Amino acid sequence: MNAISKTSLDLTRIRADFPILAEKIRGKDLVFLDSAASAQKPRVVIDAMVHAMEHQYANIHRGLHWMSERTTEAYEETRDSVARLMNAPDRRNIVFTRNSTEAFNLVALSYGRSVLQPGQAVVISEMEHHANIVPWQMLRDATGIELRIAPITDAGEIDMLAYEAMLADGRVGLVSITHMSNVLGTYTPAQRIIEIAHRNGAKVMLDGSQSIVHRRIDVQALDVDFFAWTGHKLYGPTGIGVLYAKAELLERMPPVMGGGDMISTVTYQNSTWAEVPHKFEAGTPAIIEGIGLNAAIKYVESIGYDAIAAHEAALTDHALARLSVIDGLTIMGRPQDRGGVVSFTLEGAHAHDVATLLDRQGIAVRAGHHCAQPLMQRLGVDSTARASFGIYTTLAEIDVLADTLDHVRTFFK
Amino acid sequence: MMFEDLRDLYQDVILDRGRTPRHGRRLDVFDADAKGDNPMCGDRVQVFVRHDGASVAAVGFEARGCAISIASADMMADAVIGHTDAEITAMAAGFAGMARSGESHVPALQALRPLAGVHEYPSRIKCATLPWVALAAALAGTDAHKGVASSE
Repeated sequence: MNAISKTSLDLTRIRADFPILAEKIRGKDLVFLDSAASAQKPRVVIDAMVHAMEHQYANIHRGLHWMSERTTEAYEETRDSVARLMNAPDRRNIVFTRNSTEAFNLVALSYGRSVLQPGQAVVISEMEHHANIVPWQMLRDATGIELRIAPITDAGEIDMLAYEAMLADGRVGLVSITHMSNVLGTYTPAQRIIEIAHRNGAKVMLDGSQSIVHRRIDVQALDVDFFAWTGHKLYGPTGIGVLYAKAELLERMPPVMGGGDMISTVTYQNSTWAEVPHKFEAGTPAIIEGIGLNAAIKYVESIGYDAIAAHEAALTDHALARLSVIDGLTIMGRPQDRGGVVSFTLEGAHAHDVATLLDRQGIAVRAGHHCAQPLMQRLGVDSTARASFGIYTTLAEIDVLADTLDHVRTFFK
Repeated sequence: MMFEDLRDLYQDVILDRGRTPRHGRRLDVFDADAKGDNPMCGDRVQVFVRHDGASVAAVGFEARGCAISIASADMMADAVIGHTDAEITAMAAGFAGMARSGESHVPALQALRPLAGVHEYPSRIKCATLPWVALAAALAGTDAHKGVASSE
């Protein structure tokens, strides 16, 4: 197909790696444009998880038998892969969580309650996912820290002047901001955000749930303090996420959950904690999922971020070009640096109705507030439809979306 | 044409009422009101009720939502005027059943049959039932805000 060959990836081969893409929806080809919510899984991830359960599975970090040792090795190899993927200085910088949400809660509950002091402030932005809002509100209500909201411009970018001014009083202890908006697709200027924060004595946490799917992350080059992401958006399984943090921070932070796997010694008088990162990983973890995530990381590495980022850019350009000429369609935001997420409204048709009609043609998009209600309010809309792209998305699929949206508009006229 | 098979969900009356509802306004005078909120999708409705004696004389609503939720609110207003609170509470239960199963034998709900198509779209059932949840809350004197989730 001509449209397929126009991007940097061998999409025929890549699409063959994802069994679900062969599914039909009511007799029509599945056009899956909801990867920002959760991505589909390549065969290698599915096989790795099945293989573990069929051939190499036991609980980890505790058994002395062959199965436990091999499973521990397989699970812990994922930590090495994650460290390599993000260019972390050491595998001990990598804490496994269930998802990004848990990573934010971990930092809020541990760093937020031990290092941050009442009177200090946390800065988030106006375009955060609820996962990067609610944990800080809970921290504010529990400890009396202040929560400051960095505004965005009408284009959907962080207002950097306002952001810098917000840190000027030196009371900001932590900045926690998205690296790529799940609604607007905006890539935030992480380097500048971090430089400004560090100059003003604040640490920075980035929400990389969307960005790591499309762009190479180098936590050392960024000099970022905390970086959260989740496996299921990076073509891996659900139930496993990642918190990267600088070593000195993890050392200072107390554990949040107690139990097995996170201790060194336990008596009825007291317990001592395991070394970093295990002190943050209480209980039997998501073993199978961790093994699946390793396969996902290797799959992404085998394609390479240069090709992935170029593909994302080609898809995004094409989507903006095709959708922007549809009568009555409004694209949310116009950031300079934008990734493979396009939210839009269609005049005369509510986003849910749009999604239902698209679904009838086999096209999966998300509709609603995208777990970002304050941003919806800022944009002056109740809900939007959102098309988001993955490595398997084709230009032809975006054409199907655009052509179908023309019909949706006619239907509600 | 494309979407012809969606006509069971989007019947003409639903498209018409969704576009230009007859009761889509705040009543100047009302004696009961409640908000309904579907936090999963962002749909919101506020229902206003005026009684004349024991029965409902007027219903108005302000809503932000999809064609189905607006049409459902508007058709609900038509259906409940002239009925007592007890009758309306029974109608609300009957409507919720119809939205889930597609079946209804309640004579008072016959005009609402075009909305029964939602039963084949699990994610859209709440769109149709939200106004009824708000109305029931208004009549009960409670706010539907917290009660919506339990209607699922």
